[in-house]
Amino acid sequence: MTLAELQAGQPARILAVDSDGTGVLRLMILGLVEGTPVRFIQAAIGGDPIEVDVMGAAVSLRLEQARFFQVELSQAGE
Amino acid sequence: MSEQKVVGVNIERIGIRRKARSHIAIIGTPNAGKSTLFNRLTGLRQTTGNFPGVTVERHTGVMQVGDTAMALEDLPGIYSLSGQSTDERIAVEAILGRLEGQPQPDGLLVVIDATHLYQGLYLLEQLLELQRPTLVALTMVDAALAQGIVVDPDILSKALGGVPVCPVATTSGQGIDTLREALTRLPDQTPPFLPASWPELSETAESMAQESGGQLSRIDVIQGLMYPQSAEGQKLATLLDDGRAKATRLNLFGKDHPQAQEARTRYRWARGVVDEAQQRAPVARRLGAGLLAFLDRPWPATAMFFLTLILVFQAVFSWATPLMDLIDGSSVALADAVRRLAGDGMLSSFLADGVIAGVGSVVIFLPQILILFLFIIVLEDTGYLARAAFLMDKAMRKVGLSGQSVIPMLSSFACAVPSIMATRVIPDRRDRIATILAAPFMTCSARLPIYALLIAAFVPAYPVGWFNLQGLVLFGLYLLGIVGGLITALIVKRTALRGPKPQFAMALPDFRRPNLQTVMLKLWDRTRIFLKRAGTVIFIVAIIVWGLAYFPRMNTDEFVPLAQSTLSPENQLAAAQLEQSALGRIGKEIEPIFRPLGWDWKVSSAVIAGFPAREVVVAVLGTLYAVGSEADEKSLAASLRAATWPDGRLVFTLPMVLGLMVFYAWCLQCAATVAVIRRETNTWRWPIFAWTYMSGVAYVGALLVFQIGNRL
Repeated sequence: MTLAELQAGQPARILAVDSDGTGVLRLMILGLVEGTPVRFIQAAIGGDPIEVDVMGAAVSLRLEQARFFQVELSQAGE
Repeated sequence: MSEQKVVGVNIERIGIRRKARSHIAIIGTPNAGKSTLFNRLTGLRQTTGNFPGVTVERHTGVMQVGDTAMALEDLPGIYSLSGQSTDERIAVEAILGRLEGQPQPDGLLVVIDATHLYQGLYLLEQLLELQRPTLVALTMVDAALAQGIVVDPDILSKALGGVPVCPVATTSGQGIDTLREALTRLPDQTPPFLPASWPELSETAESMAQESGGQLSRIDVIQGLMYPQSAEGQKLATLLDDGRAKATRLNLFGKDHPQAQEARTRYRWARGVVDEAQQRAPVARRLGAGLLAFLDRPWPATAMFFLTLILVFQAVFSWATPLMDLIDGSSVALADAVRRLAGDGMLSSFLADGVIAGVGSVVIFLPQILILFLFIIVLEDTGYLARAAFLMDKAMRKVGLSGQSVIPMLSSFACAVPSIMATRVIPDRRDRIATILAAPFMTCSARLPIYALLIAAFVPAYPVGWFNLQGLVLFGLYLLGIVGGLITALIVKRTALRGPKPQFAMALPDFRRPNLQTVMLKLWDRTRIFLKRAGTVIFIVAIIVWGLAYFPRMNTDEFVPLAQSTLSPENQLAAAQLEQSALGRIGKEIEPIFRPLGWDWKVSSAVIAGFPAREVVVAVLGTLYAVGSEADEKSLAASLRAATWPDGRLVFTLPMVLGLMVFYAWCLQCAATVAVIRRETNTWRWPIFAWTYMSGVAYVGALLVFQIGNRL
């Protein structure tokens, strides 16, 4: 599944990043790389953009970019 | 023996004085508490300037510890050195000493936010490649504790190869003295060795740097490897043969983007360090944390956003009134006193009608501007403006922009000049120019004086629900500016600046209580700029306008007052003098252009005089109506209400006033904005376009309002 498919509050881990995707490099510089634990915080009105917790920092991105990030769900509290 | 002791002290003093010349650069990620720390360390001993050739603001200050004085420089907040944005380039060039007339700093103070350790470590590892003496200030340790995070500075320091780490509680200032102490020792510290996060890159770069025999530093080699097209890349090409360069790059980056590879590698290391150095602590429940979380949810946050805006406009009007009345009263009294003391001559008129009426009519708006700036600064410092970018992204997409354009546009409510500089964070050039063209439409603080004058003179202060009609009219004018800006963005993005869909990716700062000292320093900075304008541009224009209105003098012996006029003979004389003055003649020449808008020659010439700086219009009206009215007890607002055409009709009718407001909402009357658009876009094309387009739109808008209003 991709980052765009997470539900509010769900924790996950990034498995693969398509670094050719538009705008992906800037997100990688903010820490969205393979192995990073993330948590879906919330979406803005209309479901887009979304806000994701990256090791304590809130990063906001659009769904079209979120689709370049493959994630796996992790157990809460992990 | 005592003599020897004195000598000993002296030698130490000499040593300390030499150290006083050392220069430390402060660098860190955006919102890491860099500026607050800088303010704490330097207090009021700081100056704001510009980097040579670019409009990035440069903050420098002096820190005093005992007898030691050190120069500190607050660099722009950045996430990495590998980016190519103006801010990042400036920061790197400042650190490398490549900026004109700026030596390389003697040391780096890297500010890392304890709540965002991960991102901070990434930047720090890149900075360690610069091989400068480095010290880490770990800020927000109190905020981290409130979130249940404890960072062990000793473990962190060890993971960083011995780079000292000083924890600082930003709100209480705890730890600041230890940091000061450590800073004084920083220039003598040995630069860090190889950073641990990507040894392959660091070692390769180091050996190539040595091979170059001092021509290239380690960071030069790294930049050259990552960006073959850059200046460093070219230099590296002379050192390496093609095959070796290719092999080195393939070995380090594989087939991927160097930046992606760097993020993967260094962040993998950073995760390990965070796991080691960061412990979970019991969460200290903060008062209002639940409320804050609720207000951060999309719908409540959006509602709050609009309520806050309305509150700002309400406050601008109601809180400032007492102070404004005071300034108004004193400037009228001062002008009267001057007239009484200096008699009826030219000097008296120059002081009372030119200087006091002109400058006073602008300074009177200082209280309102202070309140507006206070709100904007607080919104910025709490992290609220960045949330607005997140909330508004979807709406901004409809006009072809992204949420990142929201922050410059909102800060444009204070002043378009810094807001146009703030568009640098927008990565796409087309989006950036579209934002630059939209930003001057936002109602800046220099428009407030004319709005405030017209509203106070022509809009009754009666209550409408919770609000008052004056506040609502002002809110409407702000809306008018926003609509004008958004439509402009929409048009240019559909035509001249058509391009790929803009992206939106940004870090959202946490909500924070703003630091009083930081807020006050920023407010003072803005006040100084406003008063400087009042004392220079506006002062000069007021004097020129006074001179144009005073000369040439009429032969008073030939003047025969009309017996049946409602005006006193002195007043008729003053009016006749003004009409035949140089200003009157020029005004009459241009009056036909603005006649369809319902403006008489006085308003027309005031508007023309306002093109260098729009708040001048109030000063000019002040001067014009002071000259024309009798022994001035009346305020400017009252003079405007009483102004008539030669046939006795009122000049300031409702359609005319509304049209004038529309004109001001949309017109680009600000030389500083034109200049900053030129600098930021690097071409005259966009400032000329913006000026012509906005003046045209303003004229047509005012024409339509006046003509339609008159027919209703």
